[in-house]
Amino acid sequence: MSTIFFVADFVGEKATKTNAELATVGARLGEVTAIVLAPIGTGAARAGALTTGAITSIIVVESEDFQKHGVAASADAIAQLVADKSPEFLLVTSTAFGKELAGIVAVATESGIITDAIDVTADGVATQIIFGGSTTVHSQVVQGTKIITLRPNSINPDTTPSTPSIEVISLTISDAAKKATVESTQPPVQGGRPELTEANIVVSGGRGTNGDFSAVEAFADSLGAAVGASRAATDAGWYPHSHQVGQTGKTVSPALYVACGISGAIQHRAGMQTSKLIVVINKDPEAPIFELADFGVIGDLFSVLPMATEGVNARKA
Amino acid sequence: MKIAVCIKQVPDSWAEKKMVDGLLDRLNVDAVLNDLDEYAVEEALRISEAHGGNDEGGANTVTVICMGPERATDAIRKSLSMGANGGILISDPALVGADALTTSLVLAEVIKNEEFDVVLCGTESTDARMSVIPAMIAARLGWAQLTFAGSVSVDSQTSRVSISRTTEAGVDSISANFPVVIGVMEKINEPRYPSFKGIMAAKKKTIENRDLASIGVNPQTARSHVMDSTLRPSRAVGVKITDDGTAGEKLVSFLAEKKII
Repeated sequence: MSTIFFVADFVGEKATKTNAELATVGARLGEVTAIVLAPIGTGAARAGALTTGAITSIIVVESEDFQKHGVAASADAIAQLVADKSPEFLLVTSTAFGKELAGIVAVATESGIITDAIDVTADGVATQIIFGGSTTVHSQVVQGTKIITLRPNSINPDTTPSTPSIEVISLTISDAAKKATVESTQPPVQGGRPELTEANIVVSGGRGTNGDFSAVEAFADSLGAAVGASRAATDAGWYPHSHQVGQTGKTVSPALYVACGISGAIQHRAGMQTSKLIVVINKDPEAPIFELADFGVIGDLFSVLPMATEGVNARKA
Repeated sequence: MKIAVCIKQVPDSWAEKKMVDGLLDRLNVDAVLNDLDEYAVEEALRISEAHGGNDEGGANTVTVICMGPERATDAIRKSLSMGANGGILISDPALVGADALTTSLVLAEVIKNEEFDVVLCGTESTDARMSVIPAMIAARLGWAQLTFAGSVSVDSQTSRVSISRTTEAGVDSISANFPVVIGVMEKINEPRYPSFKGIMAAKKKTIENRDLASIGVNPQTARSHVMDSTLRPSRAVGVKITDDGTAGEKLVSFLAEKKII
């Protein structure tokens, strides 16, 4: 059976739910090995957090260089493991870090790479949705270890518990991968909300908020949702750029996307139109975003959202 | 300090993009300098200006490097009209459909022979959106990689560059010595509009033309290929109501019906 590697995804000490998604895809392709890169002394704890999905084994590499030298050092370790074990596939989460790591490993091992897949078949055919959601493409890697980055939240994960074997491997990170030094790290400010690209529900605000995101945030919190923003809103400085959804921001594909006071320029649609369910609230009945709406409300978000927030909270009570 | 910026010409963000024979149809759309590369050109000019500028004979030259068809000259010319000193266009029939491995190889080979201190890139192109090229170039050159930079500061005395890397994992402060590859984020600055004087001056600036043979790279075969592509169907028409004071409640009922709550 072919060997499938995936790079285990952690935010801080916490294993993200995309690990189960990567493992699920991996199990379709072969026998799954998770690679855990960890600071010294934390490998066992991190490996112990990978308990769902069909993971057969875990390789743990501990080094202070991962934190100290960033993505290049992590990619160097993965490239060494890939060169040594020649897995058929390497699966990585489509985050900034994951895609860069995948790219560096592709260069180091002369392997092909496909980014932002939303699905992979047992034959290794990757599905991507490109050009702002207008086109579906099926592609295959045809050289080396097949490197595919998977967009979070795209795969329905198998959550069967697993008890993988654990192997600790020691590696020396090459000097070329240690040229940049991470001086300090600040964790992301989430305000207790889920990460945008991983969230099941995203509530976004645009120009129609006039800079007041309180109604958008309150509705997001009633649903346990992440908060997004259109480019108009981030350009105006109303919401941090890291929350921008669109062609030049984040691409999200949640179970529910709520667009509030967003007209729906192609710039925004490109980042959200593959959402499973779309709700639109806008005062302008002609706003192009209504073309995408499963449920559209022509109205003022400042009267619709508080009532909806109250309704959702009442159902939870 | 010698500065380079890697740029790409892409279909206009507003244009409808189509696939033909497994590749993006680049011929029948308006082509522009990739939006995100404008930030890289601007940042390069700012770094140069902060250290004495790049005027005729000045030390801090900014060179624009672009791989693409002949018409990509326009994207280089735009960068020159913003204030870059010169450009290099790598154009070759064998580069049609080049994958990221080939693109990064070509760019790295050109960079290697020019002794740059700082190479800037945009974070991604608005057509392919892989955001892997800056990291791949750095890996090929064995240079420090300073990517997803939300701010950049360069100390030419100590040859050290510091950035704040802003990603979903938080904000990292990262630094490295020359030579470095910097990937800049959207919004790092406000790209300048070319002035009339800049546009006129750009016409006299030199763009060198290279092909694969002249940079010493053999034609490459793509390591991945597109099997098929289809236009996605438009979404089914949904419910659209006008708020009569009860839309909030109706929205809640809709979410309950869809088992969201």
